[in-house]
Amino acid sequence: MSRPLRKLLDKAGMAVCVLLLVSPALLFFLWMLSLSLKFEIDNGAYPPILIPERFAWKNYTTILEGNSFLLYFWNSLIVTGAATLFALLVGVPAGYGIARMRAHKSAVVIMIARMTPGLSFLIPLFLLFQWLGLLGTLWPQIIIHLVVTVPIVIWIMIGYFETTPMELEEAAMVDGATRWQIFAKVALPIAKPGIVVAFILSVIFSWNNFVFGIVLASRETRTLPVAVYNMLSFEQVSWGPLAAAALVVTLPVLILTVAAQRQIVAGLTAGAVKGG
Amino acid sequence: MSILTSSDRVAGAASVGRTKRLRPSYWPFVVPALVVVVGVIVFPWVFTLWMSAMEWRIGEEQRFVGLQNYVRLATDVRFLEAMGHTLVYTALSVVAPLVLGTAAALAFNTKLPARGLLRGIFVMPMMATPVAIALVWTMMFHPQLGVLNYLLSLVGIGPLQWVYHPSTVILSLVLVETWQWTPLVMLIVLGGLASLPTEPYESAQIDGATAWQRFRYLTLPMIKPFLMVAVIIRSIDALKSFDILYTITQGGPGTASETINLYLYSVAFTYYDIGYGSAIAVVFFVLIILLSLVLLHLRQRSAWNSGDGK
Repeated sequence: MSRPLRKLLDKAGMAVCVLLLVSPALLFFLWMLSLSLKFEIDNGAYPPILIPERFAWKNYTTILEGNSFLLYFWNSLIVTGAATLFALLVGVPAGYGIARMRAHKSAVVIMIARMTPGLSFLIPLFLLFQWLGLLGTLWPQIIIHLVVTVPIVIWIMIGYFETTPMELEEAAMVDGATRWQIFAKVALPIAKPGIVVAFILSVIFSWNNFVFGIVLASRETRTLPVAVYNMLSFEQVSWGPLAAAALVVTLPVLILTVAAQRQIVAGLTAGAVKGG
Repeated sequence: MSILTSSDRVAGAASVGRTKRLRPSYWPFVVPALVVVVGVIVFPWVFTLWMSAMEWRIGEEQRFVGLQNYVRLATDVRFLEAMGHTLVYTALSVVAPLVLGTAAALAFNTKLPARGLLRGIFVMPMMATPVAIALVWTMMFHPQLGVLNYLLSLVGIGPLQWVYHPSTVILSLVLVETWQWTPLVMLIVLGGLASLPTEPYESAQIDGATAWQRFRYLTLPMIKPFLMVAVIIRSIDALKSFDILYTITQGGPGTASETINLYLYSVAFTYYDIGYGSAIAVVFFVLIILLSLVLLHLRQRSAWNSGDGK
């Protein structure tokens, strides 16, 4: 076989391999979309139908028209937003401090926090929130989501501040700037890409979190993952609307994943973090 | 690239800054985070340990019972079975993504058109909301209406009962976990592949080594440290797995797929047996730490063997 032909075949073979590898993810999400756009009759059809003749847009409108769905969306937004912003507020300076003090042993605490199952934080904090009378508000969920968001932010920021050059900071120090001025004016602007990575991962893992919500949320304070799960177990909802709800819940994350792919990959491989 | 261990970071920092410079106290930067970490992470650990020594049900008087909860655990058949399920589930959920993820990384390490987009799609399962994807898997597993049995019937297999039968439930859940977390292994290994030197491959090419030989004797030894990182992360995450299991089976049918984490949930938040639940949490935690230490130790050794020491 001639060399160029062989090279071409190699390439084609690789492309087929990759297509095979991508197809489980691709087909799954296509099937999810298909389920969400079919009427009950089409969803119960055998053999299964991928593209129906009539699209059941009403699956989406019924989901969105239910008042409570918008409430749960709002709850998710508040919990994820507050937990992420607060984590950035305390976590970015902490990452900076740990990196500059070279207190690397303290990162072990963050690692162990990552290894601990979420449920074991829940028992004591549940009792604490009950005692404080906070159950029934969004506060317990905002606070407990910090278990996920704060370690992610600190971990990523330590790694990031370690790679930023010190020369500028030293120069500023010689010029008589205080540590806080150096942090705010010199270190922080350089660290923006790192903060973006920390923000994105913190948002995703907080948004996806389920276990804290099923224990701490009441009827009015459910976040979206809990609300969707409850649709499955307590109301007799058919597949179409259920798949539509599932897709709406995860759509923001999927869009973020494709749009900010590079940052996500960088953050995950540098810190190798996962929430929960 | 520094992954996972703090010792990596210590080594990295030492080589960067040999001279003593710019080291005034940075404590004020750390204090707010320290307060949060003590409040929501350290306090729960200590409090859980204390509760595990109590007989404590919600709404009843609590009393100190010492190690009694732990003694009860040792003879709790449901707990021991859950332990077995957890170990099987974890072992399979480490091995399958490891093999597939490494293969995927090798494929993604070539020059492909639209590589970025393909990688984006490939990574989607692990970023998607677990509850949402678990709901769709539940529909796909349905014995009569599910698409999986239809696909199997096309190649003349089945129908299977998937998560509705004790003998197939764990394997079915491992399938979901593998689908979800193979991308993470792929990303870690891909990072390892990017750091490989090209010279050995050039000389191997001259010596006429086959693709398999190059993988077996060059690539595999060199990416071993990255594989170990993947094994550690995967083990911890599979042990802790909750969302997928809870949404799809809740430990059922019966208790056929009940893991330690699910049993812990039932004891603490269905039966409200807080003291006993805490004891399970402590044992579970110790188990995870022990496993991590063993794996870290192995990783240190493998890094030693494949490193410059020879």
